[in-house]
Amino acid sequence: MIILKLLNMVIALAAAPLLLGIINRTKAVFAGRTGQPLLQLYYDIWKLLRKGAVYSRSTSWIFRVGPVIGLSVALIAAALIPFGGLPAVISFKGDLILFAYLFGLSRFFTVLMAMDTGSSFEGMGASREVTFSTLSEPALLIGLAAIAKYTGYISLSQMFSSLNLSVWLNAGPAFVLVGFAILIVFLTENSRIPIDDPNTHLELTMIHEVMILDHSGPDLAMILYGAAIKMWLLGAILIGIVVPVHSGNALFDISAAMLFMILLAIVIGVIESSMARLKLLHVPQLLIGATTLSILALVLILR
Amino acid sequence: MPVSNSISFYNCQSIDVKQIPVVHINKFRDSVIEAVASGQRIASLFAAPSGSDMFCLYAVLADDNSGKLSVLSSEVSDKYSSLTPDCTQAHLFEREIAEQWAITPQGHPWLKPIRFHASYIKGRDAWGRKNGEQIVPSVMDFFKVEGEQIHEVAVGPVHAGVIEPGHFRFQCHGENVLNLEISLGFQHRGIERALIGGPDKKTLYYMQTVAGDTTIGHTTAYCHLIESLSGSRVPSGVQSLRGIALELERLANHTGDLGALAGDIGYLPTSSFCGRIRGDFLNLTALICGNRFGRGLVSPGGVGFDISPRISDILAEKLTRLKKDVEVAAKLLWSTPSVLARFEDTGVVPPQTCRELGLVGVPARACGAEIDCRFNFPAGIYSFAQIPVSSWHTGDVFARAYVRWLEIQRSIAFILDQIKTCPQVQIKTNIKLPAPDKFCVSLVEGWRGEICHVGITDSNGSLYHYKITDPSFHNWTGLAMAMGNQQISDFPLCNKSFNLSYCGHDL
Repeated sequence: MIILKLLNMVIALAAAPLLLGIINRTKAVFAGRTGQPLLQLYYDIWKLLRKGAVYSRSTSWIFRVGPVIGLSVALIAAALIPFGGLPAVISFKGDLILFAYLFGLSRFFTVLMAMDTGSSFEGMGASREVTFSTLSEPALLIGLAAIAKYTGYISLSQMFSSLNLSVWLNAGPAFVLVGFAILIVFLTENSRIPIDDPNTHLELTMIHEVMILDHSGPDLAMILYGAAIKMWLLGAILIGIVVPVHSGNALFDISAAMLFMILLAIVIGVIESSMARLKLLHVPQLLIGATTLSILALVLILR
Repeated sequence: MPVSNSISFYNCQSIDVKQIPVVHINKFRDSVIEAVASGQRIASLFAAPSGSDMFCLYAVLADDNSGKLSVLSSEVSDKYSSLTPDCTQAHLFEREIAEQWAITPQGHPWLKPIRFHASYIKGRDAWGRKNGEQIVPSVMDFFKVEGEQIHEVAVGPVHAGVIEPGHFRFQCHGENVLNLEISLGFQHRGIERALIGGPDKKTLYYMQTVAGDTTIGHTTAYCHLIESLSGSRVPSGVQSLRGIALELERLANHTGDLGALAGDIGYLPTSSFCGRIRGDFLNLTALICGNRFGRGLVSPGGVGFDISPRISDILAEKLTRLKKDVEVAAKLLWSTPSVLARFEDTGVVPPQTCRELGLVGVPARACGAEIDCRFNFPAGIYSFAQIPVSSWHTGDVFARAYVRWLEIQRSIAFILDQIKTCPQVQIKTNIKLPAPDKFCVSLVEGWRGEICHVGITDSNGSLYHYKITDPSFHNWTGLAMAMGNQQISDFPLCNKSFNLSYCGHDL
């Protein structure tokens, strides 16, 4: 059992950067380009780890501790999320609250280190990040609450292991709503189009990217890796809810989950290729919309 | 309506310097203000030295309705009463005059240097800076908003993309921009001064690099001017080829702009398509003259290269294919709701502001103004083959993008038409030397807008003064105004929708 639990974490840590590679490859195909290698993020992280870091004289210890906290938090969170029928390494009652707020902690330090640089760009990015995450948090929590109510468990591992494909027959509408809400949270939290544009070079329009502009070398590697893990975990939650395949055969379940993760990355790539970014003013409307979907799902389940 | 105290003439028509009325500065002021109030635009306003310590102010006014230009002049020494308080269009021109010749426009509300160079006359300075004092670009008092919640954002001169240097200072309240001030001058090379005494061997090369992406536009304006000053005529085949080159330049840049606009909002398909198609358009120019930017194509008296029947066939065939490609790429933009949501109501320039600032080119036509030199002040091939004015009325990013798309279609149609009818003639005629004591204005609708070149010859027929006004010079303030009360995150998009030249402004 303990091996299965660890396998879950090993998969998350090893495969997380691959998601970004698949998204980028999908976008490249849509744009008619060959695109970067699927494993580009692995190369980037390896490259950055071997580099030195540059620190501005105006920054303090917060700037240096931020990336470490960001990565640690991602690792702890990875221990909380079950994947493809594999239970999580750690699970206890109410761990979903811990999961949500672990990322809150990481965000808190990202914002602090952005402010620490004293750059007006990073300050703007920080204020946007805080505004939008305030709005995406209720969508995620209420969405998870709806699932918790449906399953009757408040531990992520128990919640997800008790789901199976029959939920679509029993509470289909509610799951559609939660699925969409969490997809929007996924896009927001991972700074994807239509909320943020990870590829832009325009500091004035960035949200997440602008906060890490001053980081370099191993610090940047930690941030990138932490972000990749975060994307993996939110993806794991999304597919755990939308396509809970639990056949009892561990190998089959894991393969199915992996396949769905790849599909999710392709879907994200398609979304990014087929629509433009929202105006910043319209992002809150989308996020409030996501929260509304979650509330509706909860209402449907409570009914 | 004719401007009082002035002489009227057509685009590229040389007149004797003596014919230009010289009036008292008060009359000069009144005439210009009255003309602008009646809807004319200041195409150029500049000073040229006239004898010891005296300067002649020239105002070139463009009447879009009658297609006539007028000029009047006045003698000033070191100060005069500023036109700007009564005529906003003059504001940047007067700052330029103050910086170049140390003539103070008294009562100018915002008198600061624009290119940060020492005055042309040693020992004189409008701001009392000492001779030899180092002048650092963008070091000046910016417009400041004060208050607890106000923050200032400084962008540039070094930018994240590979673009030219320029400094942007935002006064923001949260995400809202209260004021944007743009400070340029980093690219100042002293082109106008280097032209004095010409034309010589180097002149054409300077013209090709006034703004590198408008090589054809500026060289065509220059060639029209020199040909007019010397009273030479060029064959119609040459004019036709110049027209083809000018429209190819427009196609490449407009297509590139549509792609860049799509890229700024993260809309990949159009961004990638247009990036490629822009290169294909540039290659068509290279097909004619071997250079993607048209260097060496247009020269006084003719063109450097002819289009052989073989090349014109290839050109027509490739253009027909590119027409389909660019249509697909552009229509994707207009049919995607998320793109329209992003473009519409972003960076709106009200028609009133457009008139007051005297905007030209795409941003002006995007405010519904029917301003297009090819139509209003036709010269060269455009006197024979007209292109309808493309305009849209909303004044936002969408309008500026859509006007580009309309112009792309019309330029392609124009080129295909010209290729068919373009007669094969000698490509180069020898032109005479410019006549002495002449004054000529040459307007060309470059892809950004109205390019205005003014040349004055001395008693030997050499250039005694040369004034270049790139459309960017008029339009940079338009960008600053478009950002008023907008989201700061929309700035890159607004900036791209204007896509102005830094070096064309800085000269």
